[in-house]
Amino acid sequence: MSIRVGEAAEAPSFQKAALPLLDDTQLRKNVRHATDVITNKRAIVVGEQHDWQQLRSAASAIKEHTLRHLDHYLLQFEAACTAAGGHVHWASDADEANRIIVDLVKQYGGKEVIKVKTMTSDEIGLNKAFEANGIHPHETDLADMIIQLGHDKPSHIVVPALHKNRQQVREIFMQAMGLSELGDKPEDLTNAARHYLREKFLKVGIGFSGANYLLADTGGVCVVESEGNGRMCLTLPDVLITVAGIEKVIPGFRDLEIFLQLLPRSATGERMNPYNSLWTGVHDGDGPQHFHIVLLDNGRTRILADPESRQTLHCIRCGACLNTCPVYRQTGGHAYGSIYAGPIGAILTPQLFDMQHSQSLPYASSLCGACYEVCPVKINIPEVLIHLRGRVVREQQSGANIEAMGMKAMANIFASRRRFEAAQRLGRIGQWPFVSEGWVKHLPGMLGNWTSVRDLQSMPQQSFRSWWRDRKKSAVAKEKADA
Amino acid sequence: MPEATNTREAILSRIRATNPTADAAVCTSEYQAIERAYQQSASMDRASIIRTFIERLHEYDANVTETSVDGIATAIAEILNTHSQKSTVLADNFKQQFLPADFHCVRESQITKEQLNTIEGAISECEVAIAHTGTIIIRGSRQITLLPDRYLCVVSESQVVETVPEAIAVLEKFAAEPLTFISGPSATADIEMTRIRGVHGPRILDIVLVRD
Repeated sequence: MSIRVGEAAEAPSFQKAALPLLDDTQLRKNVRHATDVITNKRAIVVGEQHDWQQLRSAASAIKEHTLRHLDHYLLQFEAACTAAGGHVHWASDADEANRIIVDLVKQYGGKEVIKVKTMTSDEIGLNKAFEANGIHPHETDLADMIIQLGHDKPSHIVVPALHKNRQQVREIFMQAMGLSELGDKPEDLTNAARHYLREKFLKVGIGFSGANYLLADTGGVCVVESEGNGRMCLTLPDVLITVAGIEKVIPGFRDLEIFLQLLPRSATGERMNPYNSLWTGVHDGDGPQHFHIVLLDNGRTRILADPESRQTLHCIRCGACLNTCPVYRQTGGHAYGSIYAGPIGAILTPQLFDMQHSQSLPYASSLCGACYEVCPVKINIPEVLIHLRGRVVREQQSGANIEAMGMKAMANIFASRRRFEAAQRLGRIGQWPFVSEGWVKHLPGMLGNWTSVRDLQSMPQQSFRSWWRDRKKSAVAKEKADA
Repeated sequence: MPEATNTREAILSRIRATNPTADAAVCTSEYQAIERAYQQSASMDRASIIRTFIERLHEYDANVTETSVDGIATAIAEILNTHSQKSTVLADNFKQQFLPADFHCVRESQITKEQLNTIEGAISECEVAIAHTGTIIIRGSRQITLLPDRYLCVVSESQVVETVPEAIAVLEKFAAEPLTFISGPSATADIEMTRIRGVHGPRILDIVLVRD
């Protein structure tokens, strides 16, 4: 199987990728402004929802339950969707999904596709597959358009162009749409997008979308959006193709009463986003008359197999953890090298790859816990991060590298008091060339990596244990002398 | 397609291998036992619910006109007048008696999407409305409530519930129909996280709220 998560397999480590981004003051300003606005809005609308914690608990319980019976619910969804006139396809990995989708577009004789924002299509690299087969995908979400027209990469799962400000968007639009004049007010920019895309919406016969929820009981699909571009793609073309991760299924229509309350408040700080669309198979005389859905694994069953981190699959892609994360707020999304950025990306991306790539991501966190606090489905991201760091370390230990050998030697020393005290004595003697005024500021060789960013306090002349022993000895001596 | 069948079986068996103790027979009872301690019914009196609904709509920049059943036609005429709206499309089931006299319009089933794109506004009723979130929910009529730049929805007071769970309960029997939840005019916050009204959907949303 070839698991793909965008271009994450080729991305440099987080630590390396973050450095140039930290020097980009414009980007940091844009990211800080956007995340500040969104976290403040979220705090207000979450604060007024008095049953927020009860909603979180119910959502978490439903996700846990669904994952436990995932085979049952997927089959139920498949049966209901098929009965309603839809066609259900299954794909093990990115290549298989792309092949199915490209074949469908060719079968319907399409040269162009209008797309609703879907992270899953970015995950499988669908646009590249389309272009390689002479099919032109039109991104219709405003932020996705900014990314596509500007040949950029998404930096946020909800607001992919969050790193661009209005002036930058204006330049991209003017160039790509061939406009000689365009204002930089957000209204001017949305207007430009409206005119640019209206004709495409009416002419292109194939729509493509992701899904927020698949409803097992009715076979329905729910897409949550703001602009109406989603509704255009979901209702105007004659053919609709949807891709969804297998974890997107929820047991029933009724469960929307929970998720439709949690998602908009968490994602954009709104009580409700402007549009939610729900459809079930095909509807006579209303919307597409051909509907295909591709259920995608692409590493998800591997995550499911790890009981300690399967909660990663609860994610409803709201982005609240990104906005609140002190690391994301400094670097923005590109440092994560994956279309899934921020805390959720740091646990999702390496796991989809079975820890073969993106091993630096579990370290892109201070473990402060803010992400867990805001997560609407209660994913304990810090817990999973620590678990994954353990997996990274164990994997690296299996190879022969100096750090792993050093750590093994340390474990050996820490295991015995005699060895530990001997090491302390050696250290006390060995440290003197490096100590100045009680601090070790530079160490030689590999150890210098540690002291290049941190100072170490020098080892004291006596340990507590030896002081305690001496104290006892001197007390006995004193008693003797007094006697 | 044997290959496709294999993929399906392979995914299902990978899932089953991760849940060795899961028992499909208890799936329903496990689901029913999930605690739903969140608010599921109304907590406010009717007057407060309607007041909240109107407030939330205003916050989304929707216009609200209150009227009685007898005043619907006049209210519609006045709204269309303020917009100087010349062309209107109606949901197929929209009641003739709600329309102003000599009202010129087309019904949704008589029109193509290309023609629809040239029409200025649409009118329909909703199925249920949610005060807590300022949301109206439409059954069907997906294209007419989307392409024209103005959308007018007639909501009767009795259709307004307080919470999302109450609305979902009302919709349960239409769950397999195309449903659209609308909360204010089309908008985006993609540029600097500022909510801008009107991207691809209707830029003007008028609600005619029919009081009992």
